[in-house]
Amino acid sequence: MSDKRRVVVTGLGATTPLGGTVAETWDALLAGTSGARTLEADWVNTYELPVTFAATLARGPESVLSKVELKRMDPFTQYAMVAAREAWADAGTPDVESERLAAAIGTGIGGVQSLLDQYDVLKGKGARRIYPLTVPMLMPNAASGNVSMEFGARAGAHTTVSACSSGAESMGYAAQMIADGRADVAIAGGSEAPMHPLPIAGFAAARAMSTRNDSPETASRPWAPDRDGFVLGEGAAVIVLEEYGHAKARGATIYGEFAGIGMSADAYHITAGDPEGTGAARAMTEAVESADLAPADIAHINAHATSTPVGDVAEAAAIRRAFGTAADGVAVTGTKSMTGHLLGAAGALETVISVLTVHHRVIPATINVDEVDPVFDLDIVRGENRALPSGDIAVLNNSFGFGGHNVALTIRSAS
Amino acid sequence: MAASEQEILAGLAEIINEETGIDAASVQSDKSFTDDLDIDSLSMMTIVVNAEEKFDVRIPDEEVKNLVTVGDAVRYITNAQA
Repeated sequence: MSDKRRVVVTGLGATTPLGGTVAETWDALLAGTSGARTLEADWVNTYELPVTFAATLARGPESVLSKVELKRMDPFTQYAMVAAREAWADAGTPDVESERLAAAIGTGIGGVQSLLDQYDVLKGKGARRIYPLTVPMLMPNAASGNVSMEFGARAGAHTTVSACSSGAESMGYAAQMIADGRADVAIAGGSEAPMHPLPIAGFAAARAMSTRNDSPETASRPWAPDRDGFVLGEGAAVIVLEEYGHAKARGATIYGEFAGIGMSADAYHITAGDPEGTGAARAMTEAVESADLAPADIAHINAHATSTPVGDVAEAAAIRRAFGTAADGVAVTGTKSMTGHLLGAAGALETVISVLTVHHRVIPATINVDEVDPVFDLDIVRGENRALPSGDIAVLNNSFGFGGHNVALTIRSAS
Repeated sequence: MAASEQEILAGLAEIINEETGIDAASVQSDKSFTDDLDIDSLSMMTIVVNAEEKFDVRIPDEEVKNLVTVGDAVRYITNAQA
């Protein structure tokens, strides 16, 4: 993006299975903690769910939000608000014209809990008892709408929906707005609140989830020979993006540069990634080239790595295809081994993690991989965290979604 | 057993507080929903739905526009219970 305005990251926020804040989440990642736990809800037994665990939030939103906010927002909007407030405060509450501030919060599903809870009311009590805020709670753009209202973001409020790449896509979209001159500052991220028996039953029916019910903490194991599916997670992650000159002028802390964006589609299969990895490789190449970098400049990839048998293979093929022999010099990690899979928030959370990886120059190791499946020819960071060198470094974050969506983002150290 | 006017007022104040965050103590009979309490039409409908459930009454849509003050709502619910 050399001929365009540069975009930097100046604020971070997250509420995740590992912590109620970015700092708590990062500490847990460095300590190799799993956020997966056995689900306590009655409905697990009522509906005989084949999967009885998930990576639920470490801390609920009730410590941050008011009683009225909790009542009038679906959980996915609640999580987004918690993360957005943290990110905005972390950025030092930038002074920016309302018309130059954008919001972009993606989600995979949206307000599914409100939708299904109100369907239960409809069946049980009839239309008269439906909560009048049902529609503005369930709509997938509820999070971006509420975030835009909270911070007066009038340059635009956007919602990207591309399953598990939604969060990364929303950040890419917001960065593009700044690069194109349509905004100076943006609040961007992803949020997901799928802890309801229907999404769990749906993913389980698709045989996409791990059924390691007797050992939730070790269930998410990307690249392990006995990986058996992803572990469902929930939460939100939000960053504040800012035009470089704008951030410099106000003396903001710059965590890193949002340097490159790559997006593509497989047009291959509605759930499975193209096993050749062609589309995903194109997204990675575009992310590297749009940052004016070469594959050899990328020190690390925070992989999508959901721990599914075929998904991990397709991504590895894509990395090889995009990087060639330069892949040998790329340290790859899979933080979903700890966070679980936050679906529409996953790419957002992994971008926050990638930014922190660059900022602190340490890669959190993948957990639960005692042995790497021999089909993988990658330098996987496991066992212990790995330091990154000083100087100018760049890392990549991959996100892929049902529907064949591929998003890759390049984060470069602040200069 | 039907609720008294005081009980209905207290119940409405609780619903309004839960839905809008307005201090329950400021919900008085002479207060206008829109002019004094700044309750918009969508919030008004959430209050109506909750009041119907709480007091086991029916408040038809065409009646809602006639409920200008909190006292109007208390009287309507009192009569609807009878």
